[in-house]
Amino acid sequence: MTREEIRALVAGALAEVAPEADLAQLPPGADLREELEIDSMDFLNFVIGLHRRTGVEVPEADYRKLATLDAAVAYLAARLEPSR
Amino acid sequence: MSEFRMPSLGADMDYGTVIEWRVAEGDRVRRGDVVLLVDTEKAEIEVEIWEDGVVEHIQVPAGQKVPVGTVLATLRPEAAQAGAAMPAAPAPPAPPPRIEKGPEPARAVLPAPAPVSAPQEPGRRVHATPLARRIAAELGVELASVVGTGIEGAIQAEDVRRAASARGAPPRETPAVSAAPEERPSTPQAERRAAVRRRIAEAMERSKREIPHYYLQTEVDVGRALAWLEAENLKRPVTERLLLAPLLLKAVARGVTAAPELNGHWVGGAFRPGAGVHVGVVISLRGGGLLIPTLRDVDRKGVGELMGELRDLTQRARQGRLRGADVSEATISVTNLGDTGVETVFGIIYPPQVAIVGFGRVTERPWAEDGLLGVRPALTVTLSADHRASDGQAGARLLAELTRVLRDPERA
Repeated sequence: MTREEIRALVAGALAEVAPEADLAQLPPGADLREELEIDSMDFLNFVIGLHRRTGVEVPEADYRKLATLDAAVAYLAARLEPSR
Repeated sequence: MSEFRMPSLGADMDYGTVIEWRVAEGDRVRRGDVVLLVDTEKAEIEVEIWEDGVVEHIQVPAGQKVPVGTVLATLRPEAAQAGAAMPAAPAPPAPPPRIEKGPEPARAVLPAPAPVSAPQEPGRRVHATPLARRIAAELGVELASVVGTGIEGAIQAEDVRRAASARGAPPRETPAVSAAPEERPSTPQAERRAAVRRRIAEAMERSKREIPHYYLQTEVDVGRALAWLEAENLKRPVTERLLLAPLLLKAVARGVTAAPELNGHWVGGAFRPGAGVHVGVVISLRGGGLLIPTLRDVDRKGVGELMGELRDLTQRARQGRLRGADVSEATISVTNLGDTGVETVFGIIYPPQVAIVGFGRVTERPWAEDGLLGVRPALTVTLSADHRASDGQAGARLLAELTRVLRDPERA
């Protein structure tokens, strides 16, 4: 999977929890919870959305590694790498 | 044959607009299927059907606004159709010659007959206020297609906006003046937000006017609850992971069994106990406003099951896709501001309910117990209750039982 594909899939999972957000305007380094007003329930739904799309199970201890759009893409890329 | 009627989706709903049918005549439906999307003004709600059968005749087409209780469609039992498979289809009773229209009051809100460019009779002058004319120009609305509600049928600004939003389309052409049209409640979203705001205002006004609230507060050590969640989550796949919220709901339901006079409604000067524990969950919406969908039978469900339902409910509420069952009447409410960083919240009771439990954020606090001082993760829990229906003693019982559950989560 390319970075661009991963980015699109992260955006897709975000759009499910924050359908009214304009993700194109989202700075890639901005804190997702703050920027999109995501609470813990939304965040869990986001993590589940990522799981559905990639099969990656993000442990709770790794939640902070998904803090921004860029970070989430990097995290997933690293987790998906070995299976290639 | 049975009738499928416009359901009451919340105590304050008088009318509903059919937005979209998800089934067609002749379709087979099962109990629990979503068959219809309804606009209640507050939200769009997916409505389920509660019996099996075959849709015989759809009486109210999409776009029409009708009072609660209006027959929307008729349903025939599945068996009736089974025998007469294809060829000799039992001649359906001739449908009524004209589809019954909603009563008069609905008229003003019905979509104006689309953007018909009804050739205006020469000489017939359209009666409209100057502001209405300007807005019509901005929004690309044909004045001749707007139903006026002003004096002598004059078209007012409000009529134009209503026609524009009923049409649901942006201006057909580049508007002459594009000066920040977002400022006006002219889009469906903005109108929905305004409607939600209005409903909140009405309910809260009524609550503070009519209900003599009393307030209780306590602090709970949630160290064991958090440890229990962490251990559970290590065992669970991501799709079944738990948060504290469902445990809090479960604790409320337990508390209610110790103080049943807090679970129900105050109606006509008397308390009517709730049949079951149905918890209204306050869900804030991004961009303002809130919805209070209902989790049913919380006392009879496990924490895992509640978590799944709550997660689903939150997502659907924020996507604007609630179901009919989500908006059935609650018997008590819960507001949880833990995610916002607030330590304490005293809720305002949602009438006709008689109590609301408030949860703040878990923080580490100095904690004295058994003569020792330590640091514990703690949570402030509050109860606002209707003094007409119960006394502080009952409220205290609820909080005491709730505390016991949170301190011993395995018991939940």
